[in-house]
Amino acid sequence: MAMIEVNGLQKWYGEFHVLKGITEEVNKGEVLVICGPSGSGKSTFIRCINRLEEYQSGTIRFDGKDIHDRDVNVNSLRAEIGIVFQQFNLYPHLTVLKNVTLAPIKVKGMPKNEAEEVALGLLERVGITDQAHKYPVELSGGQQQRVAIARALAVRPKVMLFDEPTSALDPEMINEVLNVMKDLAREGMTMLCVTHEMGFAREVSDRVVFMDGGEVVEEAPPDEFFKNPRHERTKAFLKEIL
Amino acid sequence: MNYQFNWQLVLKGEYADWIVKGLVVTLKISAVSIVLALLMGTVVAVLRMTRIRPLQWLSLAYTEFFRNTPLLVQLFFWYFGCNVILPEAVNKWLYAHDYEFASGVIGLTVYTSAFIAEEIRAGIFSIPRNQIEASRAVGLSFVQAYRYVILPQAFRIIIPPLISQFLNLIKNSSLVMTIGVADLTYMARQVESYTFHGFEAFTVSTLLYLGISLIVSFAITMYNKHFMLQVKY
Ligand SMILES: Nc1ncnc2c1ncn2[C@@H]1O[C@H](COP(=O)(O)OP(=O)(O)OP(=O)(O)O)[C@@H](O)[C@H]1O
Ligand SMILES: [Mg+2]
Repeated sequence: MAMIEVNGLQKWYGEFHVLKGITEEVNKGEVLVICGPSGSGKSTFIRCINRLEEYQSGTIRFDGKDIHDRDVNVNSLRAEIGIVFQQFNLYPHLTVLKNVTLAPIKVKGMPKNEAEEVALGLLERVGITDQAHKYPVELSGGQQQRVAIARALAVRPKVMLFDEPTSALDPEMINEVLNVMKDLAREGMTMLCVTHEMGFAREVSDRVVFMDGGEVVEEAPPDEFFKNPRHERTKAFLKEIL
Repeated sequence: MNYQFNWQLVLKGEYADWIVKGLVVTLKISAVSIVLALLMGTVVAVLRMTRIRPLQWLSLAYTEFFRNTPLLVQLFFWYFGCNVILPEAVNKWLYAHDYEFASGVIGLTVYTSAFIAEEIRAGIFSIPRNQIEASRAVGLSFVQAYRYVILPQAFRIIIPPLISQFLNLIKNSSLVMTIGVADLTYMARQVESYTFHGFEAFTVSTLLYLGISLIVSFAITMYNKHFMLQVKY
């Protein structure tokens, strides 16, 4: 059974048809890279998976269960599906450590000292060891994004969604974030990454999904995707970004 | 002018004690009402942020109703109007337990909370949308997200308008004398009617109100400055 099964997912913003029937399966441990031109619905698609967006038709199953099932608690669902945003979105009034411990304490009911231990472990894993007591503004963009990854991991999600995690970063900081993501992928995390970092896609992804106009136009393992793109739209897109 | 000023009369002795008693009541009723108005205002503001229509309407009706009717009328309503609809036993209990003070607190709380709710809402709107999203995305509930992420940020922004709401409440509290609460104004009036030295009595009470306002304003501003130094953003 796939971990995430998306079937005929459709969404409209008023008259505008953003997602025109997406069908996709993601297995445990799989790493998907989703790319496509601006406005093609990539963010909307992954945000539907943790119910940050509502949709009008189709189904999404997580661990075999419809995410809109009556006995699915939306907060528990979100704790199992972490997300990292383009703009980091750290809580500016809390220290780095508290940014990471808030959810484990409040959502999972973890005791404070245990949550701090877990948080310090995660911060070490993302390479932010001596900044735990600083505030987000005192950190560089790359550091903030790594804290955001630690924050998402702190509730022990089974899946991680990434929405262009490096596109708001200065070029010299992109790699420090990508490296954390690569480690995560190698450790077996199931990941859906909206990104245009094709090096990342080649290195760790199992499949690359190309979206355009609210549809999945083409998908293939990275080697094939980059060597033999079949659709004209994919070719045009690849020409532009490579 | 053959009015003989007698400041000693209101600065020492029995009449001074009256003024001090009144001052204590004013401080008490203001403090209790500020705390309750802040809580109530927060609840009313957050209700409007939910996606549940009836709760939004309730919040809207509350703020519009209580902001746009006179406080004096509201106080009279709570004190003279409410008892006719309450059961006899409740009334008895209330009269035995300082009904005047309770009515005054309710009046000041409800009236001020409507204004405070609007300030808090403005504060909430100035927090970027991505903050609520980032909170809900890790599994925090709506209430938790507001409590731990949105409101702490919103409150910091609205400290100045909140101070002025607190000061309004302290000044408005002088109206509770009309329902028989023996506050500072009530006691100053009392001194006046016993001594005919209204000038001194009301000068002293005015200065006391001014003093409270300045202290409250100064204290919150200092607290806020200290806070802002710690939290750099
Ligand atoms: N809240 C909204 N209301 C109306 N239209 C929206 C809304 N959010 C997104 N859209 C539209 O939906 C389309 C898809 O948006 P989406 O953010 O999913 O695209 P994307 O593929 O992530 O693009 P980008 O690469 O620019 O992030 C866009 O045309 C966008 O303008
Ligand atoms: Mg996007």
